[in-house]
Order: sequence, then structure tokens, then C-alpha cells
Amino acid sequence: MAEVRAEMVANVWKIVVSEGDTVAEGETLVILESMKMEIPVIAEDAGVVAQLKVAEGDVIQEGDLIAVIE
Amino acid sequence: MAVAFVPTLQIPRARSVGIKRRGSEGRRRRVGCVFESVLVANRGEIARRVIRTVRRMGLRAIAVYSEADADLPFVREADEAVLLGPASPAQSYLDVEKVLDAARKCGAAAVHPGYGFLSENADFARAVIDAGMVWIGPAPEAIVQMGDKINARNLMENAGIPVAAGTREPVTTLEDALRAAEEVGYPLMVKTAGGGGGIGMGVAYDDESLTKAFEQASRAAARFGGGAAILLERYIERARHVEVQILGLADGTVVALGERDCSVQRRHQKVVEESPSPGITPELRERMLAAAVRVGEAVGYRGAGTVECLVDADKQDFVFLEMNTRLQVEHPVTELVTGSDLVEHQLRIAAGEVYPVEVAPRGHAIEFRIYAEDPKRFFPGPGKISVWEEPSGEGIRVDSGYVAANTVTPFYDPLIAKLCVHGATRAEALERGRAAVAAFRVEGPKNNVPFCAELLDHPEFASGDYDTGLVSRMRS
Repeated sequence: MAEVRAEMVANVWKIVVSEGDTVAEGETLVILESMKMEIPVIAEDAGVVAQLKVAEGDVIQEGDLIAVIE
Repeated sequence: MAVAFVPTLQIPRARSVGIKRRGSEGRRRRVGCVFESVLVANRGEIARRVIRTVRRMGLRAIAVYSEADADLPFVREADEAVLLGPASPAQSYLDVEKVLDAARKCGAAAVHPGYGFLSENADFARAVIDAGMVWIGPAPEAIVQMGDKINARNLMENAGIPVAAGTREPVTTLEDALRAAEEVGYPLMVKTAGGGGGIGMGVAYDDESLTKAFEQASRAAARFGGGAAILLERYIERARHVEVQILGLADGTVVALGERDCSVQRRHQKVVEESPSPGITPELRERMLAAAVRVGEAVGYRGAGTVECLVDADKQDFVFLEMNTRLQVEHPVTELVTGSDLVEHQLRIAAGEVYPVEVAPRGHAIEFRIYAEDPKRFFPGPGKISVWEEPSGEGIRVDSGYVAANTVTPFYDPLIAKLCVHGATRAEALERGRAAVAAFRVEGPKNNVPFCAELLDHPEFASGDYDTGLVSRMRS
């Protein structure tokens, strides 16, 4: 199980995957936006998206849980 | 968290306006201008910097701000401040109607757009003029001509200005891009016709990387509504980015105020700029300044503008890249070397004042952009400022947008301050830069002050013999 956490304060611009989706290593999970920068958050390992804890438009803080990959 | 970076721009819409009026503590004396007030349609350090000159000239300064910026110094330092709306740029600084409403409510006589946001939006410029206010910038027609990079490139080529080998027509499909690549040859720079600030730019070395770069540029173009036009240009490997500051005077003459070397870049965005450029000979400088004047004349340019060029340092040759029809972030470098105030020039020219401009450059200036980003990977790092101590002393100038206890929010670009140094020689400027960087204390948001220190100790930068690949080499 791998937890994907935010590395910075950002807005959630786009949710790319849904809970239950199978993702490959390097696949984009969500796209954050911070300081005029689009920041795709990528799965570090292949697996299934067990949990998705953010919604489009959310402002997330550094360390917040974004998703859990199993 | 694993991430990859793609720079973006935001898209405009919506409205709602509220006014905060401040007691004006004694009228200042007005100098030379035909208008009495200026609305500054921007935020942060540039709003603060423009407001400073507006007030020094005895004019009323009007700020506009978003809910996220209510506590920032530029709001406090203006004579009046108008709340535009929520933090999102689309609902505040990019909202043409809200900004115009604010200007009308305050009886603003003129509008200064700063850089970014609406500064190169010709429709906004036209709307300001149609509303009976003075637009502090070039004619909307000049903004349109230079705003489309393909059009600008062709216009310059026709005027005899050297341009890089590339496409003359908008490239809209991958098929066309691959065909054009065959004609022009790799490596290629892929960019959007309407983009700026490194948005959507990418380098292609073969068909495969061109496919990727083309898709990225198309996505960026679609996102900020500039249409799908893409431009391909031959990429110069060991290039310096050197730009010329021009002023189009009210009587139609164009003067060049010298160059700025902006080759220290990350993600195609500038981090450090200096003048004079340590990478060009006096002979090349003369040619570049003369070409920049011709560029300005070709579009009947009025006000402050910047002609950006790529320089092949080995061949001592240059090509026209684009023209920015506004005040540039790094304008203080030119101000320090020429001893002038470019915002004052903008105001006087916009007011129609005719006066001679003498250029007598003196010494060497360097600007360090202080970004709220981590100094290793350059990831955005907004946050609340717990410590903010600016350096001061001979030859040091700091243009900042924040003070201690302010919060740097994720809604806008990461520039929080510009640390500028001036010395009689480059060596003296570097020495002052080292002392000033060491004395600049920022705590709270992540920031690149440590990167500036690292750069100043880097042998390539210290020698002056560097190119646009320097930062990538430092991080590879």
C-alpha cells in the first residue's frame, strides 16, 4: 500500500483517475495547480486506486493525503 | 509525491466591486503630467513599485486587490484600494470588467497594467482608452502585432531583423509539425504563438520528442484560449538570452537603453538578469541596440518595451525572439545602470510629454529573483512568512511584495521579491550580491535565496561565460 501525499500547498485542478481504477507506474492521478504551475501527481508504483481523498477545487496543505494505491 | 512540471496560465471571467478609501495625508506636488491619478492593475512587488513612482510624481495611486492580497503592502501604500473579488485571478486581476468598474468608481485618469495579467491584453487596452482613460502602454495595435509570435517573427524578418530559421505559418497539426521539422532541421524550439513566460515551451531533438513537445504546447495553447497555433524555430544549443530595453518617445523617436542578459533560467523562466551582458562584444551590442530601435520603429512603438533576442555566444550573432509590449520584471537592472526611472518615463510618455532622453550607462547591475520555491528542484513553496529581513546598503535595491506576517498564497506566480545590486564593475556587483544574498532572511515559505548564493559561487556564473543551460547543468 502506498500513500500519496501533497508536497506543497496547492489547488486540486483536475482529478484524472477514479477509485477502483488500475494504474501503471508513472500514470497521472490528479493534477495540482500552485503558483501558475500545473503539477501532475504521478503513481510511483502500479496498483489499484483504493482511496481518493481530494476533489477538484480543494485547497490542500503540505502533507495532506491525496490517494492510496494498493 | 512524484511530480512533473508544466507551467500554466489562468483564464478570465465574472464580477463584484467594493471600495476602500484611505485618507490622503496631504497632497503631493504634481510634476509635468496631464493626468492626476493612476490605477495600478496588478499586485505584489510590481504594484508596489509602480505606486511608489506614481506617488513620488504627486499623482493619486489607486490599487486593486483580491481577497487573498488584502494584507499586502501594495494595498496599504496606495492612496485608495479597491477589492476586486476572490483570490482566483480569473475573478480578480484578470477580470476586465471588474478592473474597469474600479477605475470608473475611483475616477482614475490612467491605468498602468504592470507585467503579466492584463498587460498584453489589447482588448483591455482598448477598453481603457474607450472609457476615456489614459492607457500606460503602447497602442493596442502594437500589442496585437507583437502578441502573436508568428506574426511578430514575420514582421521582423520583413523589416530586415535577423530571425531564427522556422515556420512562417501557424502549425496546427502534428503532421504539419513533423513536415516543418524536416525542412527546418533539429533541434527545434516548440512554442505557442500566443504564450509567454515559458508557458508551453519545449525543445525537440527528434520526431519522438517533437510529438511530445507539440502535444504539450497544444494543451497549453488550448488552456489559455490563444487558439492552437504553434511555432517551430531552430534551437540554438549554447545560447544566451539577451534583451534590449527600448523607449518609444511621444514624438515618435525610439531609443535603446541598453541590454540585459537573462541567461540564468529554470523551466525557460528567468531567475537572474544582469547588465551589461558579459557575453557580447561592444560591436554586437551596437548591432543589437540598433536592431531593437528598428523593431520599435517598425510598429510605431510608444512607451517602454523589450526586444528579446537569442545570442549565439560562439559566433557572436543574434536572432530576434519576441517583443514584450510592457514593463519587464527585470527593468530595475536597466534603471540602476542608466540612473533612470522607467515607470516615470512610461507616465510622461503616456501623458504626451516630449523631452530628450540621454543614455549614459554606468557600472554593472544584477537582479536576483527571489521565488517562493525550494532551492533544489524549484517546486512551488507558498506559506506564511515568519521572518522577512531585507538587506540594505550601498548599491543594494530590494523591490519586494511582502513583509513579515504576510502569507504567500498558491494563487499567483512565485516571485516574492527582486534583490538588485549595482557596482562600478561586475566584480564589485558580484561581491555586493554575495553580501546582500547572505543578509536576506526569509523564513516560512520555501525560497530560492540559497540557490542565489550557490549561483554566485558557481565558477561559470562568476566568470560570466555561461548560457541558458547553466541551471540545468547545476542540477543534473
